[in-house]
Amino acid sequence: MTLASPTDFQPQGEPPASSPGGLQPDGWLRYLSFSLDHKVIGLQYLVCGFFFYFLGGALAGVIRTELASPISDFVSRETYNEVLTLHGTVMIFLWIVPVVNGAFGNYLIPFYVGARDMAFPRLNAVAFWLIPPAGLLLITSYFVQGGAAQSGWTAYPPLSITTPALGQVLWILSVLLLGGSSIFGGINFIATILKLRRPGLKMMQLPMYCWAMLGTSILVVLSTPVLAGTLILLSFDIIAHTGFFNPALGGNVVVYQHLFWFYSHPAVYIMVLPAFGLVSEILPIHARKPLFGYTTMVYSIMGIVVLGLVVWAHHMFTSGTPPWMRLFFTIATSFIAVPTGIKFFNWLATLWGGKIALNSAMLFACAFIVNFVFGGITGVALAQVPFDIHVHDTYFVVAHFHYIVYGGTVFVIFSSVYHWYPKFTGRMLNEHLGRFHFLLTFIGFNLCFAPQHWLGLNGMPRRVAEYDPSFATWNQVSSVGALLMAISSLPFLINILVSAYRGEIAGDNPWRALTPEWLTTSPPPVENWIGEAPLVTHPYGYGSAQDQIDLGAATGRDLWGGPGL
Amino acid sequence: MTSLAPGNSDTETRDVVSTAAVAHAGHDHGGEHADARLFGLATFLVADGMTFAGFFAAYLTFRAVNPLPPGSNYELELVLPAINTMLLLVSSYTFHRAGRGLLRGDGPACRLWLLLTAALGAAFLAGQMVEYFHLPFGLTDNLFASTFYALTGFHGLHVTLGVICILIVWWQCRSGGRVAASTPFGLEAAELYWHFVDGIWVILFGILYLL
Ligand SMILES: [Cu+2]
Repeated sequence: MTLASPTDFQPQGEPPASSPGGLQPDGWLRYLSFSLDHKVIGLQYLVCGFFFYFLGGALAGVIRTELASPISDFVSRETYNEVLTLHGTVMIFLWIVPVVNGAFGNYLIPFYVGARDMAFPRLNAVAFWLIPPAGLLLITSYFVQGGAAQSGWTAYPPLSITTPALGQVLWILSVLLLGGSSIFGGINFIATILKLRRPGLKMMQLPMYCWAMLGTSILVVLSTPVLAGTLILLSFDIIAHTGFFNPALGGNVVVYQHLFWFYSHPAVYIMVLPAFGLVSEILPIHARKPLFGYTTMVYSIMGIVVLGLVVWAHHMFTSGTPPWMRLFFTIATSFIAVPTGIKFFNWLATLWGGKIALNSAMLFACAFIVNFVFGGITGVALAQVPFDIHVHDTYFVVAHFHYIVYGGTVFVIFSSVYHWYPKFTGRMLNEHLGRFHFLLTFIGFNLCFAPQHWLGLNGMPRRVAEYDPSFATWNQVSSVGALLMAISSLPFLINILVSAYRGEIAGDNPWRALTPEWLTTSPPPVENWIGEAPLVTHPYGYGSAQDQIDLGAATGRDLWGGPGL
Repeated sequence: MTSLAPGNSDTETRDVVSTAAVAHAGHDHGGEHADARLFGLATFLVADGMTFAGFFAAYLTFRAVNPLPPGSNYELELVLPAINTMLLLVSSYTFHRAGRGLLRGDGPACRLWLLLTAALGAAFLAGQMVEYFHLPFGLTDNLFASTFYALTGFHGLHVTLGVICILIVWWQCRSGGRVAASTPFGLEAAELYWHFVDGIWVILFGILYLL
């Protein structure tokens, strides 16, 4: 048995003679090609995602500028509706889902399972290349007759049937393409994790991000098709004047809501479970401690997958749901706090007593824990029917949601960029700019969204361009926060652009990490490893050996007695 | 056994990274795993099945809570759909025979069974067309009519795609073609898909015509 150490990754033997997969361009051009390399596809997802992040951010800027004053003065009311619809759709379907699944999933999963690529490289490239046309379709819909869709990212009928048809149909087409991309990606992740593992690598030895992506992909495969079918029916209602969801023609709008939320509640987990996985990779490395409670982490991910599929109607407590349904969905939703809480305490226990390096990646990861637990608490509150009815369709929901997806997932995306940038490029990011970016983002984010809880509790409705003047002050605070968030992208952009050329050379493993993607060169060779893939059975084996307790084999005495007792 | 020590004592630990001398698990980059392909198709069929499940759920809810306007409670003609159901069930059997023929190395028999399967599928589609032309309602007449056409139409699309796939596999099964006893993936994939489409029809027939 030969053993590897991080200095052993210099090329041994012949590098691959030509790039595999036929005629593939080299250099930066391959990022614009139909490349089959999972690392190229991952970075394609990442860069494309950031493009849409800045687009969606500009749209958010329009929203916050409009809301800085109580009257509708910055844009017309119709434009405001288009902007908020595009903001939601772009941020969810073109930024968070593709980046947190497609970008990091494609880059990392083959490393983690010890494979040279995903199970279906061609399908993988197809899945990515569905995204730019879908995004383009959404952007062009703004310029067509009647403008873009105005019915929000939920596209509830009858609103979506009565607003200008062309924009809504283009919106549906775009979301169908993105849904298809997501399903192809999900199939690929499931097949890669279950079927492509290196011989000798057991499921319970996989890095946690694999489990997160397995759970996420199960949700994608089970729920995204339901959204696709529903949107096809909705497009019939718009184009062919059928009456599936049109009450005037005998249809039923609540059926749309059920089908929509059957996808869109799990969609929250599709956006946040991968972030759980990423943060579980980042925390142990920068705290120099094993991930606490690996087994419970796995079971809580799978618990969230199962529970996540049976809680959708908590979005519909004001839609005439019968009492038994309210009871069931309240209880089921509240139960999700249990596996989520387990993960929260596991992360805290991972940090506890660690040699924490408070670098940019760690700052964003720790801020994720803080933001996410706050968003989680308001989530449990929203699951309670009486409270939900009080704040339904108010800014409280907006605040809760943004604490989950921005405070949760986007913070993890930034953390992950700081963490894996050395692997992507071979160069380090600037720490000072990184911490400055973190500070601006953290303050701006909380300034923007924390006041919205208060606004919602006091009854400010969401999705309207005008509001009661008594809400003006806190809206202005919120808009200042949004401005800070916008400014915070400057140090980030400068950092990633300049560091690509001027950054300190990172070396293969700057974090002294043990997960497999670090046990090769930075950036990695085309087929990930020159020679054999390493067999990593303890991806979290940090810290001195005597301090480690193997939880799988430990008895109660080991856990509670300790050596000193 | 030595341990991995990335330059610092705080990471000294047990056998962390070992490049075990396991036979190379490699596959050609760009080529796709033979065993993962059928698994991938099955996963896709789960997704496809969920689309149908969404449609079925919508249809059943509509039936339960949305009364149709008076005079629009149709008795669907049962004979033709029942014959169609038989055609599809028989075609699942003929496809199975085609697969056994291929594995036996009996190419001509395999291709004959495949042609028969495609013909049964085409006959099903023809029957569906005949039914469409004789129905007393159109797509937008009422909720039941719309749902009926959406469900049967979506399924018909699947059957059409299936027939095309069978004909492609029939072509690939010629001697020297891509599909052979040693490389049966194309046929196995088409067969799995075809059984899935038949299964969906049985459920659809049950809730649309019999319920
Ligand atoms: Cu939900």
